[in-house]
Amino acid sequence: MLKCRTVWKKLAPLARASSTVCRQNVRRTALTNGRIPSSAPAAHMSTGPAGGIGPNQIYALVFGTACLGGGIYAYRMIKGDKQRYQERIDEIESRKHKDKKESDTTIQSEPPAVEAPVTEAVPEPEPQAAPSAEETSPPAPDAEVAAPSETTETPPGVDSEPASSKIPSHTPYLLIGGGTASFAAARSIRARDPGARVLIVTDEPDLPYMRPPLSKELWFSDDPSVTETLRFKQWNGKERSIYFQPASFYITADELNSAENGGVAVLTGKKVVHMDVRGNKVKLDDDTEISYDKCLIATGGVPRNLQVIERAGDEVMAKTTLFRKIDDFKSLDKVSRNIQSITIIGGGFLGSELACALGRRSNESGLEVIQMYPEKGNMGKVLPEYLSNWTTEKVKKEGVKIISEALVKSVTCKDDKLEIQLKDGRLVKTDHIVAAVGLEPNVDLAKSAGLEVDSDFGGFRVNAELQARSNIWVAGDAACFYDIRLGRRRVEHHDHAVVSGRLAGENMTGANKPYWHQSMFWSDLGPDVGYEAIGIVDSSLPTVGVFAKATAKDTPKAATEKSGTGIRSESETEETATSPVASSLPPPAVVQHKDDYGKGVIFYLRDKVVVGIILWNVFNRMPIARKIIKDGEEHADLNEVAKLFNIHED
Amino acid sequence: MSYCRQEGKDRIIFVTKEDHETPSNAELIAEDPDDPYEEQGLILPNGDINWNCPCLGGMASGPCGSQFKEAFSCFHYSKEEVKGSDCIDNFRNMQECMQKYPELYPQEEEKEGSSQAGSTSGSVSATATTAEGSSLAPDIDSTPSTSTPESTVSSDNTSPTDNQPAS
Repeated sequence: MLKCRTVWKKLAPLARASSTVCRQNVRRTALTNGRIPSSAPAAHMSTGPAGGIGPNQIYALVFGTACLGGGIYAYRMIKGDKQRYQERIDEIESRKHKDKKESDTTIQSEPPAVEAPVTEAVPEPEPQAAPSAEETSPPAPDAEVAAPSETTETPPGVDSEPASSKIPSHTPYLLIGGGTASFAAARSIRARDPGARVLIVTDEPDLPYMRPPLSKELWFSDDPSVTETLRFKQWNGKERSIYFQPASFYITADELNSAENGGVAVLTGKKVVHMDVRGNKVKLDDDTEISYDKCLIATGGVPRNLQVIERAGDEVMAKTTLFRKIDDFKSLDKVSRNIQSITIIGGGFLGSELACALGRRSNESGLEVIQMYPEKGNMGKVLPEYLSNWTTEKVKKEGVKIISEALVKSVTCKDDKLEIQLKDGRLVKTDHIVAAVGLEPNVDLAKSAGLEVDSDFGGFRVNAELQARSNIWVAGDAACFYDIRLGRRRVEHHDHAVVSGRLAGENMTGANKPYWHQSMFWSDLGPDVGYEAIGIVDSSLPTVGVFAKATAKDTPKAATEKSGTGIRSESETEETATSPVASSLPPPAVVQHKDDYGKGVIFYLRDKVVVGIILWNVFNRMPIARKIIKDGEEHADLNEVAKLFNIHED
Repeated sequence: MSYCRQEGKDRIIFVTKEDHETPSNAELIAEDPDDPYEEQGLILPNGDINWNCPCLGGMASGPCGSQFKEAFSCFHYSKEEVKGSDCIDNFRNMQECMQKYPELYPQEEEKEGSSQAGSTSGSVSATATTAEGSSLAPDIDSTPSTSTPESTVSSDNTSPTDNQPAS
């Protein structure tokens, strides 16, 4: 509406001018034509093209040129206006955000802003990055930085909406997937290739974020608005967002090719559905094609579900959560506040962490938290049996009701409650289920791309340098890669996503390095149990555990406070899973029992070589563990190796 | 005294502090500082800056990455008596750029740096503080060399190589 006014204003003088010319020409032509037929047809023909250029043709030519020139002028002015208008609006939007969040409708009610650009001189060409960065920078740390494409929520979504509607047709670096591996790769590429232009395409609505806090720190936050802010407090007291970077770090997709120093652009809510390796291009779900020079596939995976639940029907599915993304966290948080009983199916990392997090909540809310799994104890596939049993006792102390050796036979919905029937006959009644039974790597693109999928581990099969084809790399959960030391494997941990993403980014910029720096992982199950691990940690392998007696000082919390780094794994990776101890919790009891596995080191052996190490309540020693695995030596006495860790010290 | 137990395939050893007092006779392979596969610290073996060092956080890859690289390179290769005193313009460019992104480069650190009489060492420590203080530095890093980013940046090359043997 306002555009029309501007357009008309621009065109009015032209219109008047051209209409005058028109009228004049018509009069002249009419007069001329009027006269000619009255004479003879031959005379008419004499004024035709064959007979040279007569006055009519000159007028037509002049008129035509005038129109053309006027048209070009008008077009340019309108385009410029549009751009200036847009910049102006966006600038106003960003100014408004600095005060308060407002709804979308305020954009339309800014007529003064429209008039101003019309009278402004053409702005000097600023680097594109600057105004757009202002556009997209949410000011307050608690503004939702996610979702540039979201329209219903905060203004940042509207800001970048018009800008990101234009998808570049080519990008030198294309990263498919917007998770941890992708972000790590983007950073790596930008560090090594000056001015690199990186495009991340993700089907999630959010900018890249880290997952571990979704099942740990965020649940322990005191802030009631944590589901909106997604901020958590680290051990050093500093707060941070789960997003790796706020929106201002990124450039918008349509600035990608013009930004002077390049940048990282994130295209959210778009899925890559087809990959043409021969043509070096991909197709999105809206049929847009993007060609690339180098591509990274970091599509991660999708939570697995139990077949019995899938077959159980919509009513059951509606009361089931598959936990992976921010939205899952939000909905589970909401659901868990409104029900009496929740059951977590799965005894691995995610299941146990969520059980502990919810179990802690149950102290205040009276929520019944049940965890069931087929193994004998928590982390049964990771920890040796004695440690798994010990861990299970700790989880029970967190308020979780454990049902072990449970195989689910069927799930039905009765009277708005779920009934889980186990194969051994036990029946469990609950209000909601969280299924944490594994991750299915996302290899949807394998078919169209003609890429190999691994039959043992799943995921895309890549070499030691994470390469699938000469200009295609795969990193993160979806990559089944060759580890020079430990053999072919696929790792689903956060640090691995960081390490492999970094490596892929390095290799995409010509480093040609194999996977060598071993990634680690960690888990905390309550304030008493925390461990870091590296390598192949499979409970089916023979293990040797060397333990010291525990004292009150050997807890994750104590370790971080003592070390002063704030985060125990800050020296290795980013924020860890340690849980803030509520003042109401009793201090961990010092058990003088002989079999108290307070702290120690557990070695996992394969053919007498250490292939995996768990540091049990022993922190800041990961470099030593990494070194031992890297060496790959046969050690006659593992107690001697354990000495290297100084487990009795803090 | 330590005691040992076997549970199936798993062996469990309990040790006292005294048991572990004698130094270990476990042999570790010597580290090769020029190993091309290893993660590098801030300074590469050939003397160049490793822009991908986790210790730098996102400084070299963010919107002000190129300004940061210029400023820091200038400082690194500066042969002046007051190191980096010939790089004031570069650092100023960098600060100007960073001021445009207050969220990414918190402004408190900037003020600290600029108040130190405009000396480039002040700017460098401001950079280091910014790198440390902002959420960029520790957000995804995963190598030991990140543990002391501040000292790494200002002391230029001692920390990372110290860390290397440990890994």
